[in-house]
Amino acid sequence: MKKVYIHSAVTISAQNTFENSEFLNEIKAIPLKIAPAHYPNYRDYIAPAASRRMAAGVKMGVTAATKALEKANLKHPDAIIIGTGMGCIEDTEKFLNSIIANDEAFLTPTAFIQSTHNTVGAQIALGLKCKAYNNTFVHAALSFESALMDAQLLIQQEEAHHILVGGVDELGKEIINYIQLLEDAKYKGIQVPFGEGASFFVASSDTEENAVELVDMDVCSTACQETIQNKLKSFLIKNKIEHADIDALVLGRNGDAFDVYYDSVTSLFKNATKLHYKHLSGEFYTASPFGMWVAFEILKRQEIPEALIYDGKTKAEIHTILLYNQFKGRDHSFILLKR
Amino acid sequence: MTELRQELKEKIIEQLNLEEFAVADIDDDDALFGDGLGLDSIDALELIVMLDKDYGIQLTDPKEGKEIFKSIAVLANYITANRTK
Repeated sequence: MKKVYIHSAVTISAQNTFENSEFLNEIKAIPLKIAPAHYPNYRDYIAPAASRRMAAGVKMGVTAATKALEKANLKHPDAIIIGTGMGCIEDTEKFLNSIIANDEAFLTPTAFIQSTHNTVGAQIALGLKCKAYNNTFVHAALSFESALMDAQLLIQQEEAHHILVGGVDELGKEIINYIQLLEDAKYKGIQVPFGEGASFFVASSDTEENAVELVDMDVCSTACQETIQNKLKSFLIKNKIEHADIDALVLGRNGDAFDVYYDSVTSLFKNATKLHYKHLSGEFYTASPFGMWVAFEILKRQEIPEALIYDGKTKAEIHTILLYNQFKGRDHSFILLKR
Repeated sequence: MTELRQELKEKIIEQLNLEEFAVADIDDDDALFGDGLGLDSIDALELIVMLDKDYGIQLTDPKEGKEIFKSIAVLANYITANRTK
């Protein structure tokens, strides 16, 4: 079975992570409730004629994907696989509101065409003139993980060599406010702002110097804390990794009542540096690939920015990172990266 | 007529997301499709819906559109002659 390596990682997030070559050296204070992404100059990546119909998520996705391919020196991937929780919610809202406003008449095509969940994957493929395998996974907080698992399986089974895989979500204009109201009404709801972003990676079967390997990953829809602990133990045994081998834990903490899952997992790893990132990116269904970008950069640069440290000291060398994410006690995922 | 032309330019820029253009950039006789504003077939559908919704004009013959959407001036003349609202 072929191994899976990550050749490049690019993210557009609420932080200046796209144009800044430094690694989270300047932390931007993000708004308390809703944190839009720090948008790059799209003109460098998308022709104005094409971008005028694209909403934020499509622009972010196409731009991040283009840069991820550039960084990996790849022109034509064997597959384009996207994960998105809400899809193109901005155009969906526009289209649905126009149905109501116009009494189900006078519906225009643009918002409808752009509102489908696979718009990002399709626009990337159109731009590249790529007719290869193209798939979009929509599975709440496991959307990106489903896409990554698809990429992992395709590479392991030698059905593809180089794959563009990413996660993207946009805030939209309306529904996010309702979600925010619902969350605020809850006891110990999400304590970080709602965000958006696009994180793209090139996964490959080819190794390179100091390559970051996607050792393995696993997902689980529902489980209690004890089950998650047991699943994690089995996951590490399967991959012949001792608990002490984990140098850093990248956790999707968002401050809500379900952070107890992270506490439970953290208790298994006394020596690892515990990291968090959603206070920088905001929470959204595809925030976890921002965490994977963080892990990739840490392994490549061998440094951990202060803003990411939740608990513990940074080790001199960082070889193995475990990512764990869940959303509201559901959609658990483990991703194991090694350099 | 001048007001209608101005209104059409504003609507076209807004509804077709022509981020690159301001009203002043569009001359009354500029071609809307091809070398002018560079509109395409999806924009044509948007314009057909706009004619129906805002001016009560239903285009039944697609060949008509080619002539009507030639420029802002031609479009404004057509609307003035055929509008029902």
